[in-house]
Amino acid sequence: METKTIANSNTIQKATERISGSEAIVRCLIEEGVKIIYGYPGGAIMPVYDELYKYQDKIHHVLTRHEQGATHAAQGFARISGDVGVAIATSGPGATNLITGIADAQIDSTPMVCITGQVPSHLLGSDAFQETDIVGISTPVTKWNCQVTNAADIPGAIAKAFFIAKSGRPGPVLVDITKDAQFEEFDFVYDRCEKIRSYNPIPKTEAGTLEQAAQLINNAKKPFIVWGQGVILSEAEEVFKALVEKAGIPAAWTILGASAIPTSHHLNVGMLGMHGNYAPNKLTNECDVLIAIGMRFDDRVTGDLSKYAKQAKVIHFEIDPAEINKNVKADVAVLGDAKSTLKAILPLINPNSHVEWHQQFKDLYEIEYHKVIKNDIHPTKEGLTMGEVIHEINLQSKGEAAIVTDVGQHQMIACRYADFNITKSNITSGGLGTMGFGLPAAIGAKMAAPEREVVSISGDGGYQMTIQELGTIFQQKAAVKVVVLNNEFLGMVRQWQQLFFDKRYASTEMINPDFIKIAEGYYLKARKVVKRADLKDAVKEMMESKAPYFLEVCVEKEGNVFPMVPSGASVADIRLE
Amino acid sequence: MSSNTKQLYTVSIYTENNIGLLNRISAIFQRRHINIESLNTSPSEIEGVSKFTVVVDVTEVDIQKIIGQIEKQVEVIKAYYHNLEDIIYQISGLFKIKSELLFEERQIQNIIKESNARIVTVNKDFFVLEKSGKKEEIMELYNKLSVFGIMQYTRSGLIAVTKEEMRISTLLQNYNH
Repeated sequence: METKTIANSNTIQKATERISGSEAIVRCLIEEGVKIIYGYPGGAIMPVYDELYKYQDKIHHVLTRHEQGATHAAQGFARISGDVGVAIATSGPGATNLITGIADAQIDSTPMVCITGQVPSHLLGSDAFQETDIVGISTPVTKWNCQVTNAADIPGAIAKAFFIAKSGRPGPVLVDITKDAQFEEFDFVYDRCEKIRSYNPIPKTEAGTLEQAAQLINNAKKPFIVWGQGVILSEAEEVFKALVEKAGIPAAWTILGASAIPTSHHLNVGMLGMHGNYAPNKLTNECDVLIAIGMRFDDRVTGDLSKYAKQAKVIHFEIDPAEINKNVKADVAVLGDAKSTLKAILPLINPNSHVEWHQQFKDLYEIEYHKVIKNDIHPTKEGLTMGEVIHEINLQSKGEAAIVTDVGQHQMIACRYADFNITKSNITSGGLGTMGFGLPAAIGAKMAAPEREVVSISGDGGYQMTIQELGTIFQQKAAVKVVVLNNEFLGMVRQWQQLFFDKRYASTEMINPDFIKIAEGYYLKARKVVKRADLKDAVKEMMESKAPYFLEVCVEKEGNVFPMVPSGASVADIRLE
Repeated sequence: MSSNTKQLYTVSIYTENNIGLLNRISAIFQRRHINIESLNTSPSEIEGVSKFTVVVDVTEVDIQKIIGQIEKQVEVIKAYYHNLEDIIYQISGLFKIKSELLFEERQIQNIIKESNARIVTVNKDFFVLEKSGKKEEIMELYNKLSVFGIMQYTRSGLIAVTKEEMRISTLLQNYNH
């Protein structure tokens, strides 16, 4: 920004410029370092699009095929980069179409700024064309939102939006801007927001809690770490790994925590929760100290809370005080940003190795391997499994691809079996479970990190919820590798129907179109695999492709995901079959 | 009282004065399917800081979680919960009654005197009584007057100050270190 120093004064006053509200919106984004935004034009946001046309050398606007796709792309962008994703839409249906992505970002703590156009302020509340109360509608699913009706308020609102989205526990924010405010001219000056008086993004670590936590950890016989996305969001991967190694504690992850330390790390004992690994679920109820780091004890992780880790002392490292004692009572709550609290506790931790305790995890892994894993990734029966596809992708990507998944069986299989050697590599809809998330999120991820291999893995159900984003892939030449694991069912629901509803397959069978023709219709290279013998070569061709590539793999129709903690059961009652 | 028994709690929320914040706060109760018994918003002792006073019938376990979710809202400075013993509170009731009753039913004059109610206005058609106090006191007056017929009745939300000190100004300074 242009600045000038006023003579005989210590204060620096920024020069102002008279510009329109819509130009100011674009200038604010540039000031925040935004280079890519995702959106869809329409009446009430047209002045902003006119400015985006003028500033196209500074900001690349990606036209998605649906506003929901714009939010998921912005989420994928944010998840792989750690930067704020930006989505933009018009009023009314444009704005309401953002809601699913906003709700997803809220529950998965993804930094995202959404900007919506709104009808002119004199029409507010009059049921005007494409008017909807998007501030009211988005309130329960945003970290913060506001409506702007004067151009002069735009820079302040957008500065606040970026600060709130990114700071503390990240989340989505929405700024709704009336069309008259977009047209209005004012004296523009931009100051980034650095604090808000009512907002305390990183709570102070209470005195003594680090020492108490360290003492519990040092005295523990069977300590167990469960970590979540907080480790990734605070970029604490390095110190986290140092802690795990120094203390020699087996560590397991929630699906959003995946990839914070490599899958192959000897103390990484796998995935928690409903379809997680056998050992970490079982042994949750045998540890003596449970150390939760940047995770929120979601019900998919804990199962029946009344039977969850009751024998253990619980230490909870957490940035959001509202998560303390929400689901699981913490004996010691270490508030703060994971990176700084882990750094602070590391010197207090005694070097240790819990060989016998760790062996218990390995023993249970062996059981799981023979009952489940072996059959999933090295099947001998006819019929391709989802697991062997993931395994083949691992082999050919050397575990360095970012895996973007949708929701359902393929998601659980991908999270279970994908090798994550690089952090921020598991991009999936965790808390909200949004089918249709994967494909657009992969576009955002690929555009944020073009140097990385990005593989989108979907089922045939979720894929068709946002299939139109193939158009975005084609138009943007985003070299996403799109894999559809087609079992001609809404597989996870079908699995539940099989197990808990006497095989009454109500509305879960899918009569699918020719996915190859559809992909080819969008000018994508496409290949279909129905035989095991062709899998390796097809995955190779896909991984070697410099262009976007579509791979359909027809997998067995009635495969199930195991292990499984049945809904409402204790983690200790995890089933292997 | 056990932390798992429902009781009336007063929630005092110090906030910025912004459009939409009421919606954001009420949504926290709504998503847990909790009915708001009473609600009042007003300026607080600090310039530019608003105060919400919400009364809900919940367990202590729940109110603690709700307080956490309220406090995490960006524009909320601080939220507290108290049971009715820890606060000094008042509720106001307004009664509109036919003026002729004032002269025909001598009993009404006694009721007004005994209840410490105040006559706000009188004209030839009706008079308006105001009574502040606890809910029970207002209900008692209501029950006595309803025998004679009440033209209109309304009761305000509960407003309260706490017995303990609230360090909002200190908090605000700390946030801006």
